[in-house]
Amino acid sequence: MIINHIQIADTFAEAFNMRGTRVIITAQNHKWAYHAANAMTGFATSVIGCGVEAGIERELLADETPDGRPGVSVLMFAMGSKVLMQQLETRMGQCILTCPTAAAFGGIEPSEELEIDQISLGKHLRFFGDGYQTSKLIDGKRYWRIPVMDGEFLTEETTGMVRAIGGGNFLILATSQAQALHAAETAIESMKQVPDVIMPFPGGVVRSGSKVGSKYPKMFASTNDAFCPTLKGVVNSELSPDIESVMEIVIDGLSFEAIVLAMRVGIQAICDLGPDSGVKRISAGNYGGKLGPHHFKLHEIMGIKS
Amino acid sequence: MSALTFSLKKPLQFSVNCAALTPSKLQGKSIQEIASIPMILGNQKLTVGDLFDISGEDPHHFCFKNTSDKLEYLGANMAGGSITIEGNAGAYLGFAMADGEIYCHGHTADFTACNMAGGLLKIDGNAGHFLGGASAGLRKGMRGGTVIVKGSTGDRTGDQMRRGLILIEGNVGDYCGSRMIAGTIGVLGNAGRYAGFNMQRGTLLFTQAPHLHATLQNCGRHTLPFLSLLFKSFQQYNTKFSQLNSQRVQRFVGDIACNGNGEILLAEPLNA
Repeated sequence: MIINHIQIADTFAEAFNMRGTRVIITAQNHKWAYHAANAMTGFATSVIGCGVEAGIERELLADETPDGRPGVSVLMFAMGSKVLMQQLETRMGQCILTCPTAAAFGGIEPSEELEIDQISLGKHLRFFGDGYQTSKLIDGKRYWRIPVMDGEFLTEETTGMVRAIGGGNFLILATSQAQALHAAETAIESMKQVPDVIMPFPGGVVRSGSKVGSKYPKMFASTNDAFCPTLKGVVNSELSPDIESVMEIVIDGLSFEAIVLAMRVGIQAICDLGPDSGVKRISAGNYGGKLGPHHFKLHEIMGIKS
Repeated sequence: MSALTFSLKKPLQFSVNCAALTPSKLQGKSIQEIASIPMILGNQKLTVGDLFDISGEDPHHFCFKNTSDKLEYLGANMAGGSITIEGNAGAYLGFAMADGEIYCHGHTADFTACNMAGGLLKIDGNAGHFLGGASAGLRKGMRGGTVIVKGSTGDRTGDQMRRGLILIEGNVGDYCGSRMIAGTIGVLGNAGRYAGFNMQRGTLLFTQAPHLHATLQNCGRHTLPFLSLLFKSFQQYNTKFSQLNSQRVQRFVGDIACNGNGEILLAEPLNA
């Protein structure tokens, strides 16, 4: 498949089951909401080393948040519910409780279509109040008010946890590093408009895609040599001679459809740059289809008319 | 479908327990069956049909007409549906009510919403003493639901209240929120003496400064973020409380005589 002179490889991205949640963070203004959200989603690029993958989903206007203040929504994903719950509580305690004027609310509403488990948001954090914490049950939701030095920290008791998918991805193969990065940035700008997804790596882009296993016995993942341009002559490379740089965009989402939409929007944005962008091919990372249950086939995704 | 309507045939000399007349208890019964339900008036054994003219057919919506404050336990243990009372109601209106809606156009007597656990109870007039309180022998009063009173209430409003919301647009008597365990009581009018007496937790939201006793401590003026959620929740009710919007309040905490951590919040009065 070729779109606007850019080749779309006949391959697929292989993704995994994860558990995901959304937290709404509000503050006195967007500046402090972002301070809280950036801290909460820091060091959360990959479950391999960080425990969770997290990112800011989007900015929220004051009339979109529960307490009528400016805010941001954060998505957080982990391979299992136990890790997600533990990471959420830790990050709530260290990043949201500590941030001036910040408040936290659950971001996944009850639904008949989704299987939703309620997990602790401020349920255990309340004990920081040392007995002075108070709860309020408002319209069926329990909130905790914890006295802190700037006034009161307000948090909802729980948020919803749903089944999610992590590891949707595509690779951008270009004739120079600068062109590959520019194409990736263009894709990310478009993909940020898609709800229910995050691109957890720095700036949404990862340059160190990995393969399973290593020559070193203790390493369970190592560099994806087939896509490393400096190894074209020594490994079974996937790269043609004119490719000098590859960037990867990884997508975690609350649903299969959300990841499909994000991939389509991102790839289309790159294709819209045309042949002068230096992008030659869009590919995707997989493990032969044997590890992850979700396969995002590039041709099917780009064949779907929006 | 018109509401199933109970019109009192003549003024009552004695109180009558109307706990049997709720939508959930009369579900599937014909008017004849309802009319034959036994009731006690003084020392006489009567039936519903002896006391009320019954008409209408909607089993989910009841209406009481020509009512009297002798009609007690209206809506008791109600689990759904709605009851409209076109007049006054007697004691224990909405007793242990779990769900549904009661709308009383007149006044109610003592122990309204006693032991209430859920649902919505609206009163256009005044309510008596112990609104949202506990019945004799119980240590917890109202455990959930919402009560809205357009008029005023008597003493001991919310006594031993455990959960839920009471909004009073008029005045409250003495000992408002006494022995309160949790929940929220809002008052737009004046409060009598000893508000928050022996209060353990919960919130009393006033717009007129009450005369507080010594064991409620002034914690200063603050902007409390949770008030925006609370005020937003008032929007769904047709009440003057929905005009509240300032999160700036004076906070008093107590009752420290019982090591309590309840609060009295004094908000800006509404514009007349």
